[in-house]
Amino acid sequence: MTQPRHLLSITDLGAEGIQDVMRLTDSFVEVSERAIPKVPALRGKTVVSLFFEDSTRTRLSFETAAKRLSADTMNFSVSTSSVKKGESLRDTVETIEAMGVDAMVVRHSGAGVPWQVAAWSRGSSVINAGDGWHEHPTQALLDCYTIRQQRQSLEGLRIAIVGDIRHSRVARSDVLAFSALGASVTLVAPPTLLPPSLAGWPAEVSHDLDEVAPKCDVVYLLRLQRERMQEALLPSLREYTATYGLTRARARLLKDDALIMHPGPVNRGVEIAAEVADRPNSVITRQVANGVAVRMAVLFLLIGSGVDLAVH
Amino acid sequence: MPSTDSPDVLIRGGTVVDETGSRPADVLIRDGAIAAVGPNLDAGDANAVTLDAAGCAVSPGLVDLHTHLREPGREEAETVETGSRAAALGGYTAVIAMPNTDPPIDSASVVRQVLDLGVTALCEVRVAGAITVGRAGTQLAPMAEMAALGVKLFTDDGTGVQDARLMRRALEYASALNVTLAQHCEDESLAAGGQMHEGEWSSRLGLPGTPAEAEELMVGRDLALCRLTGTPVHFLHLSTAGSIELVRQAKAAGLPVTAEAAPHHFTLTDADVAGYDPVFKVNPPLRTATDVAAVKAGLADGTLDAIATDHAPHPQEAKEAPFDQAPPGMVGLETALGLAITELALPIGAILALLSWQPARIAGLTGQHGSPLVEGAPANLCVIDPALTWLVEPSTMATKSRNCPYAGRKLTGRVRHTILRGEPVVIDGEAQR
Repeated sequence: MTQPRHLLSITDLGAEGIQDVMRLTDSFVEVSERAIPKVPALRGKTVVSLFFEDSTRTRLSFETAAKRLSADTMNFSVSTSSVKKGESLRDTVETIEAMGVDAMVVRHSGAGVPWQVAAWSRGSSVINAGDGWHEHPTQALLDCYTIRQQRQSLEGLRIAIVGDIRHSRVARSDVLAFSALGASVTLVAPPTLLPPSLAGWPAEVSHDLDEVAPKCDVVYLLRLQRERMQEALLPSLREYTATYGLTRARARLLKDDALIMHPGPVNRGVEIAAEVADRPNSVITRQVANGVAVRMAVLFLLIGSGVDLAVH
Repeated sequence: MPSTDSPDVLIRGGTVVDETGSRPADVLIRDGAIAAVGPNLDAGDANAVTLDAAGCAVSPGLVDLHTHLREPGREEAETVETGSRAAALGGYTAVIAMPNTDPPIDSASVVRQVLDLGVTALCEVRVAGAITVGRAGTQLAPMAEMAALGVKLFTDDGTGVQDARLMRRALEYASALNVTLAQHCEDESLAAGGQMHEGEWSSRLGLPGTPAEAEELMVGRDLALCRLTGTPVHFLHLSTAGSIELVRQAKAAGLPVTAEAAPHHFTLTDADVAGYDPVFKVNPPLRTATDVAAVKAGLADGTLDAIATDHAPHPQEAKEAPFDQAPPGMVGLETALGLAITELALPIGAILALLSWQPARIAGLTGQHGSPLVEGAPANLCVIDPALTWLVEPSTMATKSRNCPYAGRKLTGRVRHTILRGEPVVIDGEAQR
């Protein structure tokens, strides 16, 4: 198993790297189920969360992962930091790194920031926890892991990603990860919520969820931001729900065992009906639970000792 | 102003290249003007400075239609002095300073301020005045007052004049002043929020894009307004195949339009943004390989009249921000000639036409800059070694800023000497003051 320095994009891992992470995750799922879910794998290592954009869920998930591996954690958030006093991004990164950190978990509203942080970092590993509309690789990894848990493999599965693809870092990483593992991906969205160009994307496109729903093994719904109406991308939420929402009626078109997924937080009644989100085939809370184990695997892969999990 | 007590300068052993053609000849300069052009000239003065030009082209100085000197207001990025030094090292004897300063160049007093700063500069500094007050696009700036101070070019560069009726009035008003209006073509409602060219790369990189059509819409509109008013229009930094085709057709139809392109639009593409380095952020944005080919074709067939640098210095910290927060722009004065010689498959005379006499004409500088090398003409010259190979090293540049996207790139062709009003301001690639 090679030890990459950073995790910026799903493409940094490739199919083999994703499989490596999933195998590691298996071990850490087991750790998480113990009475005392903690191992000393990263004792003495320091993991800092550099969150320039609010995200309680992802930040907590990484923090929990780091703590279960016995790493020390530090937390940097914009509201309490010198960024408000005009410190430049580069100065912030260099200052924090000078304190001696092993990994920086970076979330930023601007696409590409983790790449810049990685370019400025001297020795630490950078993990992209979401950059603008661009990528969210650990989300894609936990999505892959969740599907694999239910279906053993993604090979040959048909996965529909539904909703605001244009503004979605989850969609960009998921398309890369799902297709790398052999699934065929269909993007279902109104044209205004698709990227301007899909050249080079390993995915098909549809504007008809009714037509796609019966064929897919997984339907992955994206969160719809309410401000999209102001940008003339959609006429109304009501029309969006009627055409692209997983309503009760539309959920009946799904195969019995089709998985329902969502990166959260869910807009119940908009992209998905409340009852549908609670169906047995909905694995939305599973995704959250697996998030911790997947992030343990990623942290261990990047800054672990490199020896094969002699931790349990 | 010619310095009358300076020593003679003899440029020896080069090939004179100007609008009339090329011929091996020495050039003797006395009292700020060309005293003789011909074979085997003698300095005739013991104190004369002799500049070697063996293997070099001796040309009228280059003229940049599009320079951001940042003074007044943004002196941390550039000053008239540092920018003019960069210009001289790039072979320029005249630059047009863009008006998006702070305060903007939208009144006679700011025009005077910048012209005064230019008196001691290492190249001639002319200014472009703003079309509208504060470049805000709502009220005409006092163009006649600025034209009286010698301003020949007006633009709100950085933004285009969005209101079609206002642009029409500006063209009509300008027609009495013997000046040219220059447009930064970008329809803001369509471009809104764009950080790079909209297409395959912006989609993949998750950055909001500006479609080529945002530029083309305004080119099309201004061609219509040019037809309506009969007033000349100059198009700044055209970057798309569609814009260039529109201008090609307009020229064929006889409209009085001229156009320029920037070196980065024939040397870089949107794929260069993939590493998210804001040094590659510029407006208009880097486009596709198809657009790059169209810019090259436009420069070759005369659709584009000039190469203009859009030299846009920014301090390092401004470019160390997230891509979507960094200001657009790249420095260009010290690399334009080398990029043109390296990347354009054109003879040196055609390249110099695009960099010297054609822009001089658009800027209204003919007679002072870009003129043929004949006895009596002002000695604003540059000597170019078209075969010299060099590596671009931003840290050694004369510009105050370092936002150069060509670090480490190997270029062929470099300025050896630059002569401003008879004074060698650059000798063997070194600025003399």
